[in-house]
Amino acid sequence: MTIKEIFETMDYGTAPESAKEAEAWLDRHDRAFGLFIGGSWTKPNETFATKNPATGEELAQVTQAGGDDVDAAVRAARKAQPGWAKLSGHARARVLYAIARLIQKHSRLFSVLETMDNGKPIRESRDIDIPLVARHFYYHAGMAQLQDRELADREALGVAGQIIPWNFPLLMLAWKVAPAIAMGNTVVLKPAEYTSLTALLFAEICDEAGVPPGVVNIVTGDGEVGSAITAHEGIDKIAFTGSTEVGRIIRKATAGTGKSLTLELGGKSPYIVFDDADIDSAIEGLVDAIWFNQGQVCCAGSRLLVHEPIADVFYDKLKARMDKLRVGDPLDKSIDVGALVDPVQLDTVSSMVASGGGEGEVYQSPAKLPNAGCYYPPTLITGMHPAARLMQEEIFGPVLVSTTFRTPDEAVALANDTRYGLAATLWSENLNLALDVAPKLAAGVVWVNGTNMFDAAAGFGGVRESGFGREGGWEGLLAYTKPKVKETALKPTAAHPTPNNAKVDALDRTAKLYVGGKQARPDGGYSAPVWSKAGKLLGHASLANRKDVRNAVEAAAGAASWSKTTGHLRAQILYYLGENLSARSDEFASRINDLTGGRSGAKEVDLSIDRLFTYAAWADKYDSAAKPVPMRGVALAMNEPVGVIGAFCPDEHPLLGFISLVAPAIAMGNRVVAVASEPYPLAATDFYQVLETSDVPGGVVNILTGSHTELAPTLAGHLNVDAVWAHSGADISSLVEYESAGNLKRTWVNNAKTLDWTGPDGEGREFLAQSTEVKTVWVPYGE
Amino acid sequence: MQLDKATTTSHLPEVVEPRNPGLDLDMNWVRSAQANTSAIERRAGTIGTRRTVKKEYQAAWLLKAITMIDLTTLSGDDTENRVRRLCAKAAHPVRHDLLEALGVDAITTGAVCVYHDMIAAAVDALDGTGIPVAAVSTGFPGGLSPYHLRVAEIGESVKAGAREVDIVISRRHVLTGNWQALYDEMREFREACGEAHVKAILATGELGTLRNVARASVVCMMAGADFIKTSTGKESVNATLPVSLVMMRAIRDYHARTGFRVGYKPAGGISKAKDALTYLALVKEELGDDWLSPHLFRFGASSLLGDIERQLEHHVTGHYSAGYRHGMG
Repeated sequence: MTIKEIFETMDYGTAPESAKEAEAWLDRHDRAFGLFIGGSWTKPNETFATKNPATGEELAQVTQAGGDDVDAAVRAARKAQPGWAKLSGHARARVLYAIARLIQKHSRLFSVLETMDNGKPIRESRDIDIPLVARHFYYHAGMAQLQDRELADREALGVAGQIIPWNFPLLMLAWKVAPAIAMGNTVVLKPAEYTSLTALLFAEICDEAGVPPGVVNIVTGDGEVGSAITAHEGIDKIAFTGSTEVGRIIRKATAGTGKSLTLELGGKSPYIVFDDADIDSAIEGLVDAIWFNQGQVCCAGSRLLVHEPIADVFYDKLKARMDKLRVGDPLDKSIDVGALVDPVQLDTVSSMVASGGGEGEVYQSPAKLPNAGCYYPPTLITGMHPAARLMQEEIFGPVLVSTTFRTPDEAVALANDTRYGLAATLWSENLNLALDVAPKLAAGVVWVNGTNMFDAAAGFGGVRESGFGREGGWEGLLAYTKPKVKETALKPTAAHPTPNNAKVDALDRTAKLYVGGKQARPDGGYSAPVWSKAGKLLGHASLANRKDVRNAVEAAAGAASWSKTTGHLRAQILYYLGENLSARSDEFASRINDLTGGRSGAKEVDLSIDRLFTYAAWADKYDSAAKPVPMRGVALAMNEPVGVIGAFCPDEHPLLGFISLVAPAIAMGNRVVAVASEPYPLAATDFYQVLETSDVPGGVVNILTGSHTELAPTLAGHLNVDAVWAHSGADISSLVEYESAGNLKRTWVNNAKTLDWTGPDGEGREFLAQSTEVKTVWVPYGE
Repeated sequence: MQLDKATTTSHLPEVVEPRNPGLDLDMNWVRSAQANTSAIERRAGTIGTRRTVKKEYQAAWLLKAITMIDLTTLSGDDTENRVRRLCAKAAHPVRHDLLEALGVDAITTGAVCVYHDMIAAAVDALDGTGIPVAAVSTGFPGGLSPYHLRVAEIGESVKAGAREVDIVISRRHVLTGNWQALYDEMREFREACGEAHVKAILATGELGTLRNVARASVVCMMAGADFIKTSTGKESVNATLPVSLVMMRAIRDYHARTGFRVGYKPAGGISKAKDALTYLALVKEELGDDWLSPHLFRFGASSLLGDIERQLEHHVTGHYSAGYRHGMG
């Protein structure tokens, strides 16, 4: 077009970013890449093509790693780990700082390469992905620097196997690698099959930054490589970001292996607009929510919930905004929506909309799509019911589904009507409304009047089937460190055997179960005698079955108001528990002595009272934080209760073990289904009366007795339980982790080891961290 | 609502818009106007990175920007000859060899904007060019002279030949929430303008909040403003992208509800060609192509033209230009 013509049409034309440097980089490597293991490159072996989804053109051949390669990478990482961890925090900080600087120096090359490999608009890789990558390394350079002093009670896990997705290839690498190596771990990282290139460029940078050989290893390939990493015995931790389906497989595969695990999985995040919102800004927010990165964002605001008074106006304006979106060549600087990552993804999105879109009204942006390449138009589906398939399932494409709501309560109910719980967005100019609704949303991240805001200082991660663990902030370091505690091999504690000559008191004493604040007979109608060491019948304990688990969980779920009580109130109740236990200390001491056949009963009661006081103290002191994120606003890291926790109590300390788990859980606002010490159940059942006299509301603490091994599958598999702790004397860690995969509840298992419950390892911050989820609430402000 | 477009006989590709007649003050509408500052700043802060024009597109857009400039002089030391010089520049804003090289016809700026006493000289100097004279009025820039004199000033300026009148609103009506008073004042100003088009200067730098900007914009449009304009150029903060976004969205809402297109004029502080391009992209995105015309969009600027001229020469020659290579205004 001539200037004269453009003067009339005022079109944008094209503004292509040059790919010259990226092409040259690929050429320098003959467009074939090996693996980065132990600080050097393997020769490209069996390879596969990595393509530009915008054009379908092959960019390079990338090596499909084999089992031997994964082995070699793990060996290199193992070998490097002790030395790397032994370096001072400052020495590691220097390396991370160098990485951050190098990423900035090569930022345009990284951006262009990312866009070519992934299909995302260059504006996003240039202005969002790569700057966040650099920020993540800067931030964690600081964490390495502070580790020696601020994290002295924790240590590195060892070798981390990290499997990352294709939607933010380098950013997800940074989220995984930076905290891991900052804390002294070494890593074996597998980039996604579609998008390996920036990880390979990063490997080059590592060399330049002075990362010692073996600290960062990059192995490329398909899901088989991921499986090999997951299964590898030389790995201590798996960190995975990807689909919930694969997350579940990994949860099962790692069950009982002793590997720690964090999962960042899918989402169907609600985007709530109240009638007093700045509507135009809320609509612009949707552009950043669901049309950012072609909607291939795990935390994308993909489920729009609009207040009924403004629904018609909102949809009209939204459609008008969609009409303005420009779809096309991702290297064009004036493009809003680029290419989906691969033809497979395009097919998935297309067929989901084709089959499920009919449940609502489909509106698609009229943007002209390029003839070739993986493009899909921005799409809005209104009039959806919560039960519609596309309201429930993650589409992972530029497709927004929507329904309306009448009241704030209904908005919360609709928002939480999902198996996922990654992120949520809400728009309102009313501070009361916004800050009331944010804590009610089942999500790890809540954005108020904004969306898709990320920063290294602020934790990111999900609840429910969106996974567990946080990335970013101090809380993110929990995923790459463990407490320095002394653990010993679990020794089974057997119940005292039935004596030949039973001594039986005349009066029958049968302990029932404690469910919903009431004593309940076991559903199965079975109970078992409990004998003292000397052969005295101490009483009978009920044998709970799966229906008792069901009832106990129902009672716990029904006591949700406990989670909304104040820390001060919970502290008072915990102190009261201590006081009432103290009043009956002699009785409990002799009960413990009878059960265990030892003489430490009085000491155990004292320790139990002490521990109740500890968590009474913590109840109003486990502070949330305001994170210094780089914007005008605040990111609140709120410690929220996990929800309903199933706890298998240690066998050897019938009262202290029970208190050690139940007290931190309820102090933080959780409700508990505790399964008492299997051989010595009667101290916990005696505790009913203390609970009843101490104003603990019904359903907050529920106590079952019986076989841990039998109850574990039901409790760990229950889909309305949010966490299971296995500190049982029976080795049920594997069982619990495996069964937890159903709803991906978080687990805390002893891996057949035991703590010193009587010492400082038996209480403290680790217990509080296990009792809470950090929810990050972003509130930008300004008038 | 699709309006018929008719081309006038002027050499500019003009589109005749029906004038906004205004409507009764609708307080529900005014009170429901919201503006979330952080979100608006985010949008405003990314428009320049979401949209860019290069090469011949950039040249064409810059030429378009020139046609939208209200070439302005509002100084205490203005003289008739100074104004005539400015008018000559308005009629020939770009060196003719550059225009030839760019392959475009002659263009002019959108208007020349002066104080009342300079109207006669400007009208005379612009005779035959088709370029309208705009006069600032109503006790510009403070708007605190006796009310009847402010109204009378409009009449005088129109009589002297101003085809456009840039009035200043009483900021205190906004700051005290007296929307009725703002509406009544604007109504009377509009009536005093007669056939001349009226631009309402909100002096956004003195309104305190973006929410006030949104509400004042709506009230002035309801009272019949043909244009809403950010600033006098005399406030400490003049046109900004966030303020522009708020005002453009108000204009868009007004069009959606009434069918009338109100014009927009950011003024003060826009001095770089790149800034002008960002503004035009914001207009194209938020208001649409209809507003990419001098009938609905103007820049109030004095030094912007010089930077655009240098950029155009760069486009033609491939070399960065110098100010003295272009005739001054």
